[in-house]
Amino acid sequence: MPKSLLNIAARTLLMAAVILLLAATMEEGTLDEMLYYMPDVLYLGGQHLELAAVSAGLALITAIPLGVILSRPACRRYAEYVMQFLNVGATIPTLALLAMSMSFLGIGFLPAAFGLYVITLLPITRNTYTGLCNVPNHLTEAARGMGMTAMQRLLRVELPNSLSVIFAGTRTAFSLNIGTVPIAYLIGGGGLGELVFMGIRLNDTPMMLSGAIATALLAVAVDLSLGLLSQITIPKGIRMSAGQA
Amino acid sequence: MNLIDYFLQNQDLVLMRTFEHIALVACAVGLAILVGVPTGVAITQNKLIADMVLYLGSVVITIPSIALFGLMIPILSQIGQGIGYVPAVIAVFLYALLPIVRNTYTAITDVDPALREAARGVGMSALQRLYKVEIPLSLPVIMAGVRSAVVINIGVMAIAAYIGAGGLGSIISRGISQSDPVQIFAGAITVSVLAIITDGALFLLQKKVTPPGQASH
Amino acid sequence: MIKLEKLTKIFDSYGHQVMAANQIDMEVPSGEICVLLGPSGCGKTTTLKMINRIIHPTSGKVYINGEDTSKLCDTELRRRIGYVIQQIGLFPNMTIEDNICVVPDLLGWPKAQSRKRAKELLEMVALDPSVFLKRYPAQLSGGQQQRVGVIRALAADAPVMLMDEPFGAIDPINREIIQDEFLKMQQELNKTIMFVSHDIDEAVKMADKIAIFSQGELLQFDSPDRILANPINEFVENFVGADRAIKRLRLFTAADALVADATTSIGTEPVVSLQTSLTDASAMLYSSGAERLCCVDADNRIVGWLGHQQIAARLAQAPQASMEKEALSCQKAC
Repeated sequence: MPKSLLNIAARTLLMAAVILLLAATMEEGTLDEMLYYMPDVLYLGGQHLELAAVSAGLALITAIPLGVILSRPACRRYAEYVMQFLNVGATIPTLALLAMSMSFLGIGFLPAAFGLYVITLLPITRNTYTGLCNVPNHLTEAARGMGMTAMQRLLRVELPNSLSVIFAGTRTAFSLNIGTVPIAYLIGGGGLGELVFMGIRLNDTPMMLSGAIATALLAVAVDLSLGLLSQITIPKGIRMSAGQA
Repeated sequence: MNLIDYFLQNQDLVLMRTFEHIALVACAVGLAILVGVPTGVAITQNKLIADMVLYLGSVVITIPSIALFGLMIPILSQIGQGIGYVPAVIAVFLYALLPIVRNTYTAITDVDPALREAARGVGMSALQRLYKVEIPLSLPVIMAGVRSAVVINIGVMAIAAYIGAGGLGSIISRGISQSDPVQIFAGAITVSVLAIITDGALFLLQKKVTPPGQASH
Repeated sequence: MIKLEKLTKIFDSYGHQVMAANQIDMEVPSGEICVLLGPSGCGKTTTLKMINRIIHPTSGKVYINGEDTSKLCDTELRRRIGYVIQQIGLFPNMTIEDNICVVPDLLGWPKAQSRKRAKELLEMVALDPSVFLKRYPAQLSGGQQQRVGVIRALAADAPVMLMDEPFGAIDPINREIIQDEFLKMQQELNKTIMFVSHDIDEAVKMADKIAIFSQGELLQFDSPDRILANPINEFVENFVGADRAIKRLRLFTAADALVADATTSIGTEPVVSLQTSLTDASAMLYSSGAERLCCVDADNRIVGWLGHQQIAARLAQAPQASMEKEALSCQKAC
């Protein structure tokens, strides 16, 4: 696919540019000092991923059922209000959300994971709901007319035909999540944010850079793999009809 | 009711921080509009370049803000601006570019070909078509891009407090380091309200630039 | 057989009661096509959708082959009825094969049997199974999708089919072709079909019976011939059009207006077959300027001739009273 090639080319180009710029401005010996932090990067990177995986995983398994329930005819009446509430929620800055989570739950893994969970929950729920509501009427009518039960319609027709929208929401949400994990360090969540914030505070450029580069690479890698995953998972026939439209 | 006391006692500080916050975001997003809209228009001329630019933008936006700040510090240190408001404004500028460029590009390419042909048919030049037809029709979508850029970056600017950029984030950051829930809440609530109000105000503006009869995006 | 008994639907829109279908009584005998016809909002689609309860009736009953369907649950009822809609509604996430097998799968047919059925059905509409089974709807043209939509409704071999403007979204040339194909299929399949249309020409072509609706009322329910010849009121007359006499020509063939005379000599006049419709025959008469047309049978033997007078005489004949109606009144008498 030329499109994904282009995608990778653009990313590589950008990374190369950033690395060149950094290399040009680096003092001698910075690279060696950065390598000194390698064990920390690996350890904190593990924490980083763990926090992201727990919060995003929990968000995924709650957000999709929530979106499904909201899109059911019986709930549609209230769904608009819930969506408006979620939309307002999504405009709240992440630092503010994490800070408030800390005031309620204290310091550590739990408040960090909870804050990230809330941040990740919103886009997935919103897109699941919108995706299901936008399944063309004639498809659901055909499914009803052929005698599918409500559950069969959901699993065989509605979900497969809204998967690309749900995926888009999930990708946005996971990117947001992995991008916010470094901030979660501030409320005791650990992760690569520790190197970045400590580096800034101690004016230790190699420490800060080792954390920042690892954080950026991790975020870009997660986004890229989710993009590839969505290409694989979305039913073939739907990708075709999307290409046609 | 400590919170109300805090607001009463620190009115000046909160107002100053809010003003700082707004000024920095406005400055960066303003620059992004000045650069992004012409870029969005220009790349409609070539599909390959357009794809390239949009992909680059989408990569920039996936880089976490604190990592972007970190990457800029050594570079900007060369001109003595490693920390402070300069890296913050640059980061916000970069994050704002993608939504604005993307929406301008999509809106202009989505203008109904029949309208474009009609404009050609009545004898408008390419520039006249752009100013009289394509941009007015695209304005609501471009505004939607500006709106999402502003909302994202009110959040980014809050984090920029950690590189010494000031703004409402510094109230939160002090609250966290002193473990003072009152300051945390004061900062968090103010910045959230700022984001929600700005979002609503820009939404109204977006509706206002939408000609009656044209669907708002 | 489909029988509707006082079928009524009242919609409640913002406190206003809207009568969408008022006490509809009708009976479609097995193997016939009944076209529900009328302007938009007349209640024809509502009536159709009450049969498989996509719209739940306010009151009244639906019998299918004598069985009161109110005893069946929605899904069970719908699986017994083939359903075709205007937007086709093929599921884009499934292959053509899976689309066709939806109802057989719901009914729990063995996989081998349902896949074999999909193959047969594709062959029936002249789509090569080796090419089309594994394709996705997005890879088919509009006409091909419409054919698949129809055979999907036939997959479980339901005796009854409901079709909601099934050929409405196809261009006029392909519509004719698909209509002809469908009529040919119906000759073998003998399904009982309810068919919604807003096109009087389509109705005349397809229908054994036409039901004309207006504002939720069933105005006239009769054979196309009788509706064209004797519209029951002004509304029906206007709806079928001022050229209803000409539309009626489509219902007859050359055989219906023939002067049998095997000794007719072929001169310069055009030649038609016995199956040529009178619409086409009159067109040939007018365009050629000839006095009469020569008629041959399937073996190309001359069987007679027909001219303007014969065609006019055929139109002047009163339509036949419907056999079913007589049978019905006889039953009632008994």
